[in-house]
Amino acid sequence: MIAEIGHFALVLAMCVALVQAIVPLIGAKRGNAAWMGVSGPASSLQFLFIAVAFGALTNAYVTSDFSVMNVAQNSHTDKPMLYKVAGVWGNHEGSLLLWITILSLFGFAVTLFGRNLPPGLKARALAVQAMIAVGFLAFILITSNPFARLEPPPVNGQGLNPMLQDPGLAFHPPFLYLGYVGFSMAFSFAIAALLEGRVDAAWARWVRPWTLAAWIFLTSGIILGSWWAYYTLGWGGWWYWDPVENASFMPWLAGTALLHSAIVVEKRDALKSWTILLAIVTFGLSLLGTFLVRSGVLTSVHAFATDPARGVFVLLLLCLAVGGSLTLYAVRAPSMKMGGLFSPISREGALLLNNVLMATGAATVLLGTLYPLIADALNLGKVSVGPPFFNAVFLPLMAPMVLVMAAAPMLSWKRGDLAGVLGRLKFVAALAVAAAMAVWFLQGGSAGPWWTGAGFALAVWLGLGTLLDFAERIGLFARPSQALGRAARLPNSAWGMLLAHFGLAVFIVGLTASSAWTTEHIQSQKMGETIMVGGFGITLKAVDEVPGPNYTASRATFEISKDGKVIDVMQPEKRQYRQPPRPTTTAAIRSGLLGDLYVVIGDADAKGGYVTRLYFNPCIPWLWAGGALLVLGGLISLADRRHRVGAPARAAGAKA
Amino acid sequence: MTRKQRRLYFVLLGMLALGGAVALVLTAISDSLVYFYSPTDIITQRIPEGRRMRVGGLVEEGSVAKDGKTVIFKVTDLSNTIPVAYAGILPDLFREGQGVVVEGRMEKGGQFQASEVLAKHDEKYMPKEVADALKKSGQWNDGKKN
Repeated sequence: MIAEIGHFALVLAMCVALVQAIVPLIGAKRGNAAWMGVSGPASSLQFLFIAVAFGALTNAYVTSDFSVMNVAQNSHTDKPMLYKVAGVWGNHEGSLLLWITILSLFGFAVTLFGRNLPPGLKARALAVQAMIAVGFLAFILITSNPFARLEPPPVNGQGLNPMLQDPGLAFHPPFLYLGYVGFSMAFSFAIAALLEGRVDAAWARWVRPWTLAAWIFLTSGIILGSWWAYYTLGWGGWWYWDPVENASFMPWLAGTALLHSAIVVEKRDALKSWTILLAIVTFGLSLLGTFLVRSGVLTSVHAFATDPARGVFVLLLLCLAVGGSLTLYAVRAPSMKMGGLFSPISREGALLLNNVLMATGAATVLLGTLYPLIADALNLGKVSVGPPFFNAVFLPLMAPMVLVMAAAPMLSWKRGDLAGVLGRLKFVAALAVAAAMAVWFLQGGSAGPWWTGAGFALAVWLGLGTLLDFAERIGLFARPSQALGRAARLPNSAWGMLLAHFGLAVFIVGLTASSAWTTEHIQSQKMGETIMVGGFGITLKAVDEVPGPNYTASRATFEISKDGKVIDVMQPEKRQYRQPPRPTTTAAIRSGLLGDLYVVIGDADAKGGYVTRLYFNPCIPWLWAGGALLVLGGLISLADRRHRVGAPARAAGAKA
Repeated sequence: MTRKQRRLYFVLLGMLALGGAVALVLTAISDSLVYFYSPTDIITQRIPEGRRMRVGGLVEEGSVAKDGKTVIFKVTDLSNTIPVAYAGILPDLFREGQGVVVEGRMEKGGQFQASEVLAKHDEKYMPKEVADALKKSGQWNDGKKN
């Protein structure tokens, strides 16, 4: 019964969304306040219905109602409660329901916080938001009904893929979706602005916090996913340039560019049409990501069920949304007024340069991701584009970006003094070169790859450059006694920027060291045998059978010794799940500032030993720390008084 | 700076970035494209030794032999088979009779030295390339096992 209510609520939500997509738009065109006013209650009602549907599916999972096909295929009574709930979005239908729930939540948030928005802009933005909702609700109702019944119901379910039964992955999809769908806000406001033919600082002040929130979620989602891949896949890597990873990375790149260009719109009233285009592209890439993941057109480690009908439907939605909005952009953008002028050497100029580099980077990732599809369609043979392509193309584009990044915040708006800024940065530059030489010396010259020095130089340049900027902003060198007070008065957005940029520097250290100096030892290891890895001795002591809640594990015990003394014990597992019957690998990881010891146990071999995989992965924790700083910087910036939702609307009201 | 100059700067910047990207793509793509072949392709076509490639098919039943850390098995599209050697821990979903994609190089003597073995998260799932290879060899059975 509850499942039917859920299904019915989705149908009702679709009806409401249809009204919300049409009536406010006509109202805004004719200046009819009552018709425009429909958007508010409609978006609340739409959210209510979709929340009911989401609640109904969650209820079916929590109570293990196996008469619902979706639950029967993806859940099991033995599963821990966390994974029963996470199971709601651990499958195709449920994840789409989560997608649309988040979409309607954002629409509801506009209604809730946007009381002071100009009514025309609000009505149009909510109408665009509802159009997206109509598309996805139709997708769910026509091709992917999560509430379909199963007759007769099975005694128990088929269980959730054990690889997905993991706390990191339980929260990875919701965060990713909050990011993807969050960019729909920037998109809807961009389309609304195109329809109105007006983009101003108030518009940017509205769009920035939403974009920033979406960016924070997407960043956390990507980091969580990498972390999960690192510790569950047992290969010791954290990024594979897999199509599905790229699908989340492309909107991240475009969204990061959007975040920065929106600053220029707000502060300088420039780069307006570029920002609109970025908003469209960012959400277009989010939709493309959904398409790539949901259609299964690309072979990837994320092997979701493939259904051509679904792929075609999402592709259709994608073409409509991107094609329609780009057409509108082509028609309306030229009529938009050009804003403030600036010299190429200025903060705007530097932001624009990095915007272009990031957009180009996203384009190359897009090309590499779609190339196998294009080659297949043109009969050029079946190919896959692997990490060498992305490393050779993407990273060289990012290096100049990082170079500019350290100097850009020190340049002034409109017309900057490049020579002066470089003069202030000369000690940082010297230290960066020194770091490169030190790294070269430490790795034994050409015994390691040539680019490690460049990677560390960039990290030092960006990290110290950011610190120098911070020190200058608080007057640490000029008036040290007042520096603390000034630091306390520094706006949150400045703190956020400094933290996030510094976080990227920390991340680059982890990226460079872990890509260059990982050591891997694969061997058949006998009981009591010691293997030296990264200066640690790793001794296999025992392999025991251990029962888990819904699996049995072979748990290996390794003794870790340093300089002859036993310092730790590591216990990787190989688990055999009962339902579905499937093995998984759980690596044991011992993290340190300098790197991770990473130990995987394999099968027993004929001679009484076990195949073991032992890694030393240098500086991996720096990646997570860098990612955490990025997110923290975003959060602090979001808390800035000037970003508080509602405040910008008053400013806009005052202007009008 | 006038609007015209700014537009010129904008266009130049875009062209510079795109030009750089195109140059990078062109130099990288020929070395890093990995072509996919079925065992039949490898037997019937002359495929250069030493080039990095992917081969996909089913793991032949009864062909998996372990020797210390090295695993030897056969990949088949049910018309032809290729012997594969791999050093390391096989993915959890690697099993006889299941679809698999291996990446590596052909060696003299016709053995494939794999540096990566890809088996999918989901055992119901068949890599698309493998399904196509089986269809091509006329052995496709609608995804159902014999």
